[in-house]
Amino acid sequence: MSSVSTLSGTAEQERKVPVIKLGTFLLMLPLLLWLFLLIILPHVDLLMVSLREKLGYREYAFSFQNYIEFFTEPLYWNTFVRTAVMSIIATVITLVVGFPISYYIAKVLKGKKRSLLFMMCLIPFWVSELVRTFGWMILLRESGVISSFLQWAGVVDGPVEMLYNDASLMVGLVYTSMLFMVVPLVSVLDTLDDSLIEAGYDLGGNTFNILREIVIPHAMPGIASGCIVVFMLTLGNYLTPTLLGGKDGLWFTEQIYNQFITRFNWESGSAFGFLLLILSSAIVFVGLKLSRQTLADTVK
Amino acid sequence: MIPSIPQSKFSTRLYAAYVTLFFLYLAAPLIVVGVFAFNDSLFPSMPWNGVTFDWFLGTESPRVGVFHDSQLLESIGYSAFIAICVTLMAVAVGTCNAFLFERHSFPFKNILYIVALMPLVVPGVILGISMLVFANSLVNGIEDLFGFELDILRPGLFLVILGQFAFVTTITTLVISARLRKFDTSLEEAALNLGATKWEAVQTITLPFLKPAMIGAGIVCFLMSFENFNTTLMLVGSDSPLTITMFDRLKQGSTPALNAASLMLMVVSGGLALISVFVQRDRTASPE
Repeated sequence: MSSVSTLSGTAEQERKVPVIKLGTFLLMLPLLLWLFLLIILPHVDLLMVSLREKLGYREYAFSFQNYIEFFTEPLYWNTFVRTAVMSIIATVITLVVGFPISYYIAKVLKGKKRSLLFMMCLIPFWVSELVRTFGWMILLRESGVISSFLQWAGVVDGPVEMLYNDASLMVGLVYTSMLFMVVPLVSVLDTLDDSLIEAGYDLGGNTFNILREIVIPHAMPGIASGCIVVFMLTLGNYLTPTLLGGKDGLWFTEQIYNQFITRFNWESGSAFGFLLLILSSAIVFVGLKLSRQTLADTVK
Repeated sequence: MIPSIPQSKFSTRLYAAYVTLFFLYLAAPLIVVGVFAFNDSLFPSMPWNGVTFDWFLGTESPRVGVFHDSQLLESIGYSAFIAICVTLMAVAVGTCNAFLFERHSFPFKNILYIVALMPLVVPGVILGISMLVFANSLVNGIEDLFGFELDILRPGLFLVILGQFAFVTTITTLVISARLRKFDTSLEEAALNLGATKWEAVQTITLPFLKPAMIGAGIVCFLMSFENFNTTLMLVGSDSPLTITMFDRLKQGSTPALNAASLMLMVVSGGLALISVFVQRDRTASPE
């Protein structure tokens, strides 16, 4: 016994010798390269580019022009607000639709059925977002499945176009984000003891009371992290708004893409990107503060 | 509310109906994509004209099936190449990071950990443009200083690999760290007592223990890379991977060959997903 403890004791001491420090440093190299070259420096550069004005070929000057342009041009500003508002609505809808499902999986079902349904919720995650969106296009378009079904059932006379409006966009956004709401909700509801709900009924509570007083307060951390993730993903979505949304209602990521690729105006594109990043981080920060969690907790 | 509390039949059934409807909503788009791959029509839309396998096997225009569509096949090749590179790099770096964060102490550890989580919070489009801007600055800087153009940093496959690697590594780091946290270090100490060197102990004891997490994380990486769109869109050059090719075709309107490609994509990713679930069976956490 004593020999083991001395040996592990020396191992403990060895860790403090500079030789091991070199090992730590070598182990740190990939991390540092990854974080500095691929995350930190690109974002710093993005900020620098957004804070300059093009004077001529490869001639730049420091200016806030790109940000001023954003705030004075109603089109940009409106797109920004519209994207934020639509993302909030999508998040709320996802929560309202997903909560009963998560509750059903976590509390009503047991055993095999439970894990089967949970797995089924995860399936869309494994399928490319492109394929999912494509599916919605086939369902909703003028010559699509739902339109044909409605004609067959005699509800409408001619083909109906259900694509390219805010409603179809919402359907697609909620569909894409559902998983990220259901997973945290199921895991938090799992930890709620059934006897607490039973006690609530024993004390004369009704379903609504118990939901409000017991279930929802307990599920709050899950609700918060689900909402944060869903909001973030919706805000940064490009595919769904481009393919399912209307021509007149741009998404902010489309605006960024246009500045970069179509108009080749990298300076204002960078400014837009940074504004989106600030909005997204601000919401995440507020959400974490409100739910008293840390980023590290959320990802676990 | 819960099975132990008696509820009226009506509300129980209503609840079950809602859940059924929800799963119909989840499944509908996927089923429709798959079914229309077999529709004998030039467009993936109604009416239903009967079953055909042309969209897989067809050789003549306009009925070119996936297996004879050179553009689609080429883009699948690019996607696979990117995904393999990203996976290998991300699992390797993720494993290093796991050891680093779980076993070592170093200055600014907490700050670095937060930064390592950042890619989860940064929208993919922004990650893409920041990489694009930075790579361009590097190319220009090197050209000004040394007078040669570093073409590899122009939009293209290499940049796509770096861009995807940047955020996928966060996920491998988290998954492998979670597994390493469960490791009983006394096993490693026993190996050291038995005369193994530090590296031998890690190689024979710790890495095999981490293997399920590494494989699981690798599969998730592969799929995320294969299916990534936002970051890729910003960094892509003339060689477009599958998602970009499919996106371009979707915008123009395409034949059901696109459905056939999607169906194969679904089958392959479904299979990989199942493997990853089996590999990580003893883990209770979700694949994220």
